[in-house]
Amino acid sequence: MSETLSDPTASAGSAAASASASAVPVEPIPRLPHDRLPLLILPVIAGVSFLLIGDPTTWITLTLAGLAMGMMIFVIASGLTLVFGLMDVLNFGHGAFISVGAYLAMTALIPLAGWVQVDDLALNLAALGIAAGVAMAGTAALGYAFERVIVMPVYGQHLKQILVTMGGLIIAEQMIHVVWGGEQKSMALPAGLRGAILFGDVAVEKFRLVAVGVGLVVFLGMVLVLNRTRLGLLIRAGVENVEMVEALGYRVKRLFVMVFAAGSALAGLGGTLWAFYRETMTAALGSEVMVMVFIVIIIGGLGSVGGCFLGALLVALTANYVGFLAPKIALASNILLMAGILLWRPNGLYPVAKR
Amino acid sequence: MISLLSGDRPRSAVLSVILLAILVVLAAAPFAFPGAQALNTAAKICVFVILVASYDLLIGYAGIVSFAHTMFYGIGGYGVGLALYGWGATWVSVFGGLALALGLGIVLALAIGLFSLRVRAIFFAMITLAVASAFAILASQLSGFTGGEDGRSFRVPPELRPAFKLFEEPVLGLDITGKVLTYYILFATALALFLLALRVVNSPFGSVLKAIRENDFRTEALGYRTVVFRTKVNCLAAAMAVVAGGLNALWLRYTGPDTTLSFAIMLDILLMVVIGGMGTLYGAVIGATLFIVAQNYLQKLMAVGAAATEGIPLVPHLIHPDRWLLWLGILFVASVYFFPTGIVGRFRKAGPH
Amino acid sequence: MTADLVRLEGVHTHIGQYHILQGVDLVVPEGELTVLLGRNGAGKTTCLRTIMGLWQPSAGRLTWRGREIGGWATPDIARLGIAYVPESMGIFADLTVAENMVLAARAGRPDPRRLDWIFGFFPALRKFWDFPAGVLSGGQKQMLSIARAVIEPRDLILVDEPTKGIAPAIIEAMIGAFRELKRGGTTILLVEQNFRFAASLGDGVAVMDDGRIVHAGRMADLAADAALQTRLLGLSLDQHQ
Repeated sequence: MSETLSDPTASAGSAAASASASAVPVEPIPRLPHDRLPLLILPVIAGVSFLLIGDPTTWITLTLAGLAMGMMIFVIASGLTLVFGLMDVLNFGHGAFISVGAYLAMTALIPLAGWVQVDDLALNLAALGIAAGVAMAGTAALGYAFERVIVMPVYGQHLKQILVTMGGLIIAEQMIHVVWGGEQKSMALPAGLRGAILFGDVAVEKFRLVAVGVGLVVFLGMVLVLNRTRLGLLIRAGVENVEMVEALGYRVKRLFVMVFAAGSALAGLGGTLWAFYRETMTAALGSEVMVMVFIVIIIGGLGSVGGCFLGALLVALTANYVGFLAPKIALASNILLMAGILLWRPNGLYPVAKR
Repeated sequence: MISLLSGDRPRSAVLSVILLAILVVLAAAPFAFPGAQALNTAAKICVFVILVASYDLLIGYAGIVSFAHTMFYGIGGYGVGLALYGWGATWVSVFGGLALALGLGIVLALAIGLFSLRVRAIFFAMITLAVASAFAILASQLSGFTGGEDGRSFRVPPELRPAFKLFEEPVLGLDITGKVLTYYILFATALALFLLALRVVNSPFGSVLKAIRENDFRTEALGYRTVVFRTKVNCLAAAMAVVAGGLNALWLRYTGPDTTLSFAIMLDILLMVVIGGMGTLYGAVIGATLFIVAQNYLQKLMAVGAAATEGIPLVPHLIHPDRWLLWLGILFVASVYFFPTGIVGRFRKAGPH
Repeated sequence: MTADLVRLEGVHTHIGQYHILQGVDLVVPEGELTVLLGRNGAGKTTCLRTIMGLWQPSAGRLTWRGREIGGWATPDIARLGIAYVPESMGIFADLTVAENMVLAARAGRPDPRRLDWIFGFFPALRKFWDFPAGVLSGGQKQMLSIARAVIEPRDLILVDEPTKGIAPAIIEAMIGAFRELKRGGTTILLVEQNFRFAASLGDGVAVMDDGRIVHAGRMADLAADAALQTRLLGLSLDQHQ
């Protein structure tokens, strides 16, 4: 399944390649209009806020903070939007995986306290990596079970899906209380990742750089898997038309549970990052982020990974800029952004072609 | 009697008896149970019957899931509460606040509906969740106006205060105090709005709603603008929730985020409508009554259980009263799977008419 | 006589509350091209979808080489060596032509020789190889859908109304392709409204009405009998000729 695709043109024989190069264009060559308009919103928002804020140092700090937050939200939201695109399931319980991921990471860090406290970046990052790995493995397993027990019986029934996944969220949050206790927990950053690095006048918090790095790796990884592997090909085809993928002889149900588990693992990773960022957590950590996540995937176009990435950056940057410029309306800024975008494109920035 | 029910009978003998019993007990509650806690429970049931029945219009009849119902409930609560707090304890405040709240609620419902009911129904669930949570944060942040997390306590018009007596002498051994009067306002409004909801779902409008729920493409093809119907029912349900919120504020003489806007209340509503039986309206009565009675007494039982199992690992944590929601969640998922027509559906299937 | 590849005996299919197939008896002999005719709504598409496992039969027997396959999942039926060209064509619009073909080749990559053979009939596919399939014209999409079905040797191809709204030149190419496939031993079950197209290709023919097979026989006999055509196919024939 995961075999990498070589260039399909090459595998199809040289005839195809030479034909496309030398053919006389009798028919006009069609061009898919590359829809780059939504990409312009990002520089426009950044530019306008730069003019409004005036001070470059503040603006850069806000922008970097926004990017870091956007990347974390993207990591959390990407799995949700992919699951929706492929299986037509909107998992209101996604927030549970965020919280469980954070708690698992916290638990994994307990025996690694030495690596966390020592001022050695390599050991710090190793501790972080192990914690994230544990969180991802745990949430992937939980996601697998969640798909089998909670979601599978209600494929194709939206109303029931919303209800049972919401029920699943409640159960999972309460189980966190049972297992880890109800009080607020703290999540200390490893010593080497605390504080900020100075670039001239601009102070950049180290952990934000880590978050941006992880977010970029996840995004590029997803783009590569989706566009360069057979598994990705199957997922993209399934997002468009599950029935036809089955008619081609692929067992889609197995793909579903794999993607669901992978999406849950990403939520676990995102939850780990988010808990480090906030440095405290409760069982409601996930459901608190979910509102923003929903806004992000609606803005991006349900099912679109690229749209989700753009949406996450838009939401986070807007929240940061507005939070600085007009703290009173910061809360409403996301809703207003969503309303504006839906007025322009009722199905989000990059709606997925369905059937 | 049947015409009051708009021809939509309970269609089960057991169900009719239970409903009648609930009606009689609620009607006689101040006389039958003089204690404050019992009357509080009865008043809460009246408020939730309105809230759950209006929610059933959305989920059971129009097939749309909203997470903003508590927002409208809260708008009603804050509308009446803040008016009484700011303008003084008069009837003008009550009705003025309620009118403003109704206006705001309907405008918001209209806006949300037009934004999200045009496209996929699943948008509606997400957008209502986002808007409702933003509203809840807003209400707690604007503390100068709303009282923030603490909320606002206020005085109600003199006729509704406990010290007020309608008659010199007790009636059937009960002083008709302002509190009793308030209760009967709640009861009468709940009854009237419930009958109104029954009328709505049994009107041609209700038939179109059910047709949309079954197959919206076909209904659209028959020439009905489905988005118009959905938006209308969304506004109607919102208005009913606003009224419920206003009544609740009158009863509690307090309004705050925990009693109106919290997500826990939203979950309670969902549970009541699912357990009672979606798309039946009678399920709202059964679900609300059963749930509220159980909530009041089961939590105490859990406390006893937790104390008794002290020492056994994990078990006391699982049945600790704070874990009430865990069991509700399990019950909720189980009822969606195994009990999709709820209690009303079960009775209707089991018994002859 | 050839063996029966697929056989339906008294198959009923319900879609929701609707009873679409009401006892279908159909035999698809191996190596032949069988045409399924009938007016709109007679149940032809449902018949193909039932064979493919996209609808489950509620009663009756559905066999593949004598083996019961009713109730099997679609992917398992496809893996028996059955390909499906739906009426909607089922193209993955966001995927390139190349990716559509790579996905259809379950072995992992298309065989270059077979690809050249396909390009011989449908040269447009070569030209637009690296373009998203969504930008193709209707006829080109139909070519792609058929090409996907035959990118690897299959025992049976189910084709649903491939000529609908398609230019005559492409229909000619399709006739050529189906003839060659048949020569190579592939069995084809073709749902068709275009009688001339059907008559030029079909070995056997079955006519459906109201969820049942009302006539089954040799195509040559039906093509020669104008009265029978009028009785079975009525007005739908005149519209298409």
